[in-house]
Amino acid sequence: MYTYIGKRLLLAIPTLIIISIFAFSLQKLLPGDPILAMAGEERDPQVLEFLRDKYRLNDPIIYQYFYWVGGVLRGDLGISLRTNQPVLTLIAQKLPVTIQLAVMAMAFALAIGVPIGILAAVKKNTMVDYIANIVALSGLSVPNFWMGIMLILLVSVKLGLLPASGYEPFFSNPLRSLQTMLMPAFVIGLALAATLMRHTRSSMLTVLSADYIRTARAKGVSERAVILEHSFRNALLPIITLTALLFGELLAGAVLTEQIFTIPGFGKLIVDAVFNRDYAVVQGVVLCTGAGFILMNLVADVLYILLNPRMRAAL
Amino acid sequence: MANPMTASNPVPDIAGMKPILSVEGLTTSFLVDGEWKSVVRDVSFDVMPGETVAIVGESGSGKSVTSLSIMRLLAKATSRIEGKISLNGKNLLQLSDRQMRDVRGNDVAMIFQEPMTSLNPIFTIGRQISEALTCHSSLSPVEARAETIRLLEKVRIPNASSRFDEYPHQFSGGMRQRVMIAMALASRPKLLIADEPTTALDVTIQGQILDLIKVLQEEEGMAVLFITHDMGVVAEVADRTIVMYRGEAVESGSTDDVFHRGQHPYTRALLSAVPRLGSMMDQHWPLRFPIVDIKTGQSSIPTEVADTVDKRKTPILEVKNLTTRFDIRSGLFGRKSGAIHAVENISFDLAQGETLSLVGESGCGKSTTGRSITRLVQPTSGEVVLDGYNVLTLDPTALRNMRKSIQMIFQDPFASLNPRMSVGATISEPFIVHKLGTHKQAQDKAVDLLERVGLSADMLRRYPHEFSGGQRQRIAIARALSLDPKVIVADESVSALDVSIKAQVVNLLLDLQENFNLAFLFISHDMAVVERVSHRVAVMYLGEIVEIGPRAAVFDSPQHAYTKTLMAAVPVPDPARRSMKRNVAVNELKSPVRPVGYVPPVRDYKEVSKGHFVQI
Repeated sequence: MYTYIGKRLLLAIPTLIIISIFAFSLQKLLPGDPILAMAGEERDPQVLEFLRDKYRLNDPIIYQYFYWVGGVLRGDLGISLRTNQPVLTLIAQKLPVTIQLAVMAMAFALAIGVPIGILAAVKKNTMVDYIANIVALSGLSVPNFWMGIMLILLVSVKLGLLPASGYEPFFSNPLRSLQTMLMPAFVIGLALAATLMRHTRSSMLTVLSADYIRTARAKGVSERAVILEHSFRNALLPIITLTALLFGELLAGAVLTEQIFTIPGFGKLIVDAVFNRDYAVVQGVVLCTGAGFILMNLVADVLYILLNPRMRAAL
Repeated sequence: MANPMTASNPVPDIAGMKPILSVEGLTTSFLVDGEWKSVVRDVSFDVMPGETVAIVGESGSGKSVTSLSIMRLLAKATSRIEGKISLNGKNLLQLSDRQMRDVRGNDVAMIFQEPMTSLNPIFTIGRQISEALTCHSSLSPVEARAETIRLLEKVRIPNASSRFDEYPHQFSGGMRQRVMIAMALASRPKLLIADEPTTALDVTIQGQILDLIKVLQEEEGMAVLFITHDMGVVAEVADRTIVMYRGEAVESGSTDDVFHRGQHPYTRALLSAVPRLGSMMDQHWPLRFPIVDIKTGQSSIPTEVADTVDKRKTPILEVKNLTTRFDIRSGLFGRKSGAIHAVENISFDLAQGETLSLVGESGCGKSTTGRSITRLVQPTSGEVVLDGYNVLTLDPTALRNMRKSIQMIFQDPFASLNPRMSVGATISEPFIVHKLGTHKQAQDKAVDLLERVGLSADMLRRYPHEFSGGQRQRIAIARALSLDPKVIVADESVSALDVSIKAQVVNLLLDLQENFNLAFLFISHDMAVVERVSHRVAVMYLGEIVEIGPRAAVFDSPQHAYTKTLMAAVPVPDPARRSMKRNVAVNELKSPVRPVGYVPPVRDYKEVSKGHFVQI
């Protein structure tokens, strides 16, 4: 098992290198000059030259890449061109927000999507199944921003139950923090729930027609145990992979939802950084998101192995 | 027979007893596209305590649906069961779902065809067997564990207690079927329904499992309802036999009566199509199967194949010291940790117009041999000369040309045809990719081939899903013939087919051999079919040829111990063998996986008669 994790971590290195090259080349591919953006109205050539020198923009591009990577390896992601804060500090500020939002959204998605998926599979081709499918399809097709605005109108403006926007760090005021995150997490979670529901349904249908389910029924196991133990635990395997991938995507931030509920997460950070040509931040966030995604993939594979005795034995 | 067989207490005394299972007027229908379609019609039979009744039939005869109807295991929404099924006096069709659950696994238990997929992969086998105990009684986990180990011992699984916590994938197919049987026996059912319990198993393992069922039946005094397509198995196990055909029970009676005095034309057709090991004693050449008309019951006289083998010419295929190994890698950097010695130093040749059969059980390397010769897998060493090509040294272009001389027909006709290609496109594709002529010529060739394999030209535009298994296999044969190959590798080509279809396809292959002077490398595990079609036979075991020689020599006087074991294990459709036991030890097929640095022993062969070689 540890060999396997070690092997996977080794394999992550080339992936991270490719991500870093990709992230770094963004600044050369994107139009616009960060120094011009920084200097603002004053375009004194001397100032520009000084700034270029300071940020080592005059060195050959390959040198620039290695300066940056060298910094990254020492835990230094560079300084934001815009705010002069270390990129690491910025990420450290936003990451907890994004993780909290991702965890809560995923909780909603799993709590809604998986049970409905199981139900739809068990009641295949009945009214329950059709309604579940229609709801799932609507969940997928309704845009997040529309759902977000409608929720704010209904829950915050009309009923006054939850705050319409804002953010409160979890450890300073947990209750308030949960309240502010509830609606955005629900909006994101609902869309993911639809995807999860479809996958749970099809995975359950495959398992329910397996020979070993017939065996379980033939021994007289109760229908509840047939579905929840014999079937669901097998159907869970592909769902875990999907959940981890969706979670990885959430770590990149949810730009629209964050905007609507004014949440200071990764999405907002990266959009601001791109508009300001704040390359150090863009690079840092892309690298960080990439690493997060690789990590989630690894978690998914490890869970998959832990739940699957056959894979466990192969290690 | 080579192995000693012992007779034991035969037909139980059933006079004056009440049937344990009584089925009256069973009709089962499925909802297909909004219409109820009956797949089992008006079937009635009884099973007495301690008795074995076999339901025999081909695919689609409704035999499995009958057994699933008794268990009420069919999907409720899409099936309807009518009639009366009483078990121990209880009418099963009137029970509630809850009550039925108590019957299942308690009064009646079932084992299935596919031991590989019938156990839940994520639970230990111990847990799965104890579940059968605990869901019907209030046994404590400790008691259930002890009882489970007792059951595992009962089905003769070695080291039962240490295997309690193992998962299904750690067991071989035969051992899994033993686990299934242990599970079925958990609550001492009065009736065991065995739905093709040995069909997916190798023949020596099949012998062990049939024996086990017989022994357990005596020990537990339970009745067995045995569902099978294999007349040989029926003859060996059943007191009484019911023949099903297209949803109806067309014949029933004592197994002896059904086999020797069958009334219905279908019964006779089925029996005449069954290959019988040992039926070729006095034949010199391969023999076609007699085909019985299902309506009239009239049988055609089987004709012998003309002598197609020309021994004077150089062989079309020569294989010398062929070895194919697959590396097994593991660890952090994928170091080689062993190898599967799939094919180990085998040599044989094949003359134009000749059929050489490779027989053996799973893992013996017979399929890998076929794939190595066609270079679908890369052999490790050796020499293969096919029609002038030195196969193992060909560059990609020459390899493509070589494939014109050798073609394959595979086992599963449902998987070996591309579902999105029409029959015409399928058959003419090899002709077109090898640029042998225009599209018009390819089309004409396809029409000609379709007619030669017994289909009609108007089927050209249709797609594989519109055809039955036998028809699809004919299409696959036509495709193989479209390049006018000299050699055809038939890899279990008739194994998946029903007996009557199998007989027809075998006859077709023999016709084609006569007409085109084809050489066949016939790969099969079915000894009886092999005996029928071969000129020569090679028996493979753990990647090696242990015995090779003319068909008559190998079958009439098998020399190698493994050949003898294999032949003794084949069920023969002769009811006189009822209640015979093979008394074979519980063992599993050995694995050809070897550690790094393994040096295979040097083998010597002894010529026992002309052309008949045996490994010593």
